[in-house]
Amino acid sequence: MEKETVIKVEQLAKSFGSFQAVKDVSFTVGRGDVFGFLGPNGAGKSTTIRCLLSLIKPNAGKIELFGKSYANNRSEILSKIGSIIEKPDFYKYLSAQKNLEIFARISGASVSKSQIGEMLEFVGLAGRGGDKIGGFSHGMKQRLGIAQTLLHQPDLIILDEPTTGLDPQGIVEIRNLILRLKNEQNKTILLSSHQLSEIELIANRMVIINKGKSIVEGEVQDLLNAQELVVHLEIDAVAQAKQVISNHFSTAHFVGETANELEVAIEKNQVPLLNKALIENGISVFALEPKRKLEDFFMKIVQS
Amino acid sequence: MLLKNTYNEFVKILAKPRSYLGIGALTLLIGVILFAMKADGSSFISFVTASFEQTLSFNGNILNGNLIAFIILQMLIIHIPLLVALVTGDLISGEAAMGTVRMLASKPISRTSIVLSKFIAGAVYTLILTVWLGFLALIVAKWIFGTGDLIVLNSDGLVILQEQDIMWRYGLAFLVAFLSLLTISTLSICLSAFADNSIGPIVSTMAIIILFTIIGSLDVSVFDSIKPYLFTTHMASWRSFFEDPIPMSKIIESVVILLAHNVILVVVAIVKFNKKDITS
Repeated sequence: MEKETVIKVEQLAKSFGSFQAVKDVSFTVGRGDVFGFLGPNGAGKSTTIRCLLSLIKPNAGKIELFGKSYANNRSEILSKIGSIIEKPDFYKYLSAQKNLEIFARISGASVSKSQIGEMLEFVGLAGRGGDKIGGFSHGMKQRLGIAQTLLHQPDLIILDEPTTGLDPQGIVEIRNLILRLKNEQNKTILLSSHQLSEIELIANRMVIINKGKSIVEGEVQDLLNAQELVVHLEIDAVAQAKQVISNHFSTAHFVGETANELEVAIEKNQVPLLNKALIENGISVFALEPKRKLEDFFMKIVQS
Repeated sequence: MLLKNTYNEFVKILAKPRSYLGIGALTLLIGVILFAMKADGSSFISFVTASFEQTLSFNGNILNGNLIAFIILQMLIIHIPLLVALVTGDLISGEAAMGTVRMLASKPISRTSIVLSKFIAGAVYTLILTVWLGFLALIVAKWIFGTGDLIVLNSDGLVILQEQDIMWRYGLAFLVAFLSLLTISTLSICLSAFADNSIGPIVSTMAIIILFTIIGSLDVSVFDSIKPYLFTTHMASWRSFFEDPIPMSKIIESVVILLAHNVILVVVAIVKFNKKDITS
C-alpha cells in the first residue's frame, strides 16, 4: 500500500531582492518517514523550511501539507505541525513551564499543566520547569524546544538543525528521541542537519539540495547502496594484501594506501569475504571499517 | 485564539522588568512634582497669579489637589509617551529580536490575531498607566494638598471652576488623555511591525512625536494645511474640558482624528505583518 503524502513540494522558488535563495526545490515526504533534508550552508534549506511553515511566502512553486495548501487551510495545517527552526528561542524572562504554557495556548490543542510537566520529564527537564530560560544551557533550550514541538501531539515534526551546538551526549539523546518518536508514535519527521552521520543513522528517505535546487531524492539505503563502499583497512602487510585482494575480488579497486593502511572500494556483500581472505593468507587485520558513506555521497553530489 | 494570545501578551508584559520601569518612572516623576509643590508651591503660584493681583484677590486654598493634578497632567503628557513606547514599541519587534516570532508565527494563529492581541495588550497597559497617573495626580495630590476650586490660566484668561464642578471634567479629561496615549501605543506597535530590533520603534516613535510637535508649533503657513491632522495637535485636547464653556465640537474633532489615527495605524500594522517574510 502506498504511503500517504504528508509533504509535497514542487518547483519551489523564493528570492529576496536580487538574491535567489531557492530556485527549484521539489520533494515528497510520506507518513511515517524520517526524511533527511541535506545541503551545504546557503543551499536554501532554512528558506525552504520557513516556506513549509508559512513564515516566508514563496515566489513560485507549490506546497501541500496533508494534501492541502496554505491558501485556505493555514490554521488546520499548522495545528498538525511541531517545529524547531534553526534554534529554539524562548522568552528569557519567563520560566520553562510558562514558556511552554504560552506556546501550548496557541497550539490549537488543549494541553493541561500536568501534560506540560510530563513533557518536561520526557525531554529530561523534570524539576527545571520553574527555572527561567535565561539560565538554561544551549542543550537544555534544545530539549525544551523539542518539548514545545511535541506538546500538541503533532503528526508532522520539522526539525531544522536540532543537534547544532550540542555535546556528543546531547546529540545521542536527540537522536534517540527522534527514533522513539518514529518507532513508538509513528511520527513523520523532516530533519535538516549538517550531521550527515545522524541522517545516515536516523533517516529512511532524504533529499540533497544545493544552490537552491534539489539534486537527488530517494531512499537513503538505495542511494547509498548505488555507490561503492570504501573500506578502510589497517593491516601489517599492504603489498601482500593488495595481491590477495586483486586475486580474490575482480571488481575491487584501491582508493588509497599508506605504510600499513589500505582503502579498498568493494561491494558491501564482499566485505566479510575480504576479511576472511586476508586472515587466511596470514595478514593481520587490526581494523576494518567502512568510510562514512553519506559524507562521500554528499560531497560527490554537491561538488558535481 | 485571539483571546488566548491576548492572555499570553499580558503574561509577557507582566513578566518584563521594563513594564514596571514605566510605572516606577511615572511614580518618581509625580513624586518629584508633589515634593516640589509641597516645598515651594506658594512661590510657584505667586509667579502665575502675579499679573492678576492688581485686579483680583485670591482667597482660600489655591494650591490644592485639583490644581496640582492639572499641573502634573500638563507637564507629563509630553513625557509619558516615552514610557508607553518603551513597552509597546517592543511588542512585535522584540519577538523578532528574541527569535520567538518564528515560533509564534508557525502556530495555528493568524498573523492578524497576533497583531490585534498585541494592540489590545498595549491598550490595557496604556490604560493602567493612565489610571495610575490619575490616582497619583488626583487622589494622592488631594490627600496631600486638600481640595478646593480650580484656577486655570487659559489663552483667554483665568477660568475659575468650582470644586463640585471639577471631578467629571477630570474623568473626561483622563479619557481623552488615554486616547492620546493610546495613539502613541498604536504608533509604536505599528512601527514595531516594520522592525526586527527592539530599540528602533521606540526611538522612531519619539522622533515622530518631536517632529510633529515642532511642525505644530512652527508658525509657518506651509504647514497650516497638515497641522489639524497631526495627532500631536490633538494630544492636549484634554485641556479643553477645563474651559468654560467647554468647546465640545473641538473636542469631538480631536477624538475623531485620534481614533482615525488608531484605526489607520492598526490596519497598516496588520497588512505589513501579514506580508512580512519572517527571516529573523
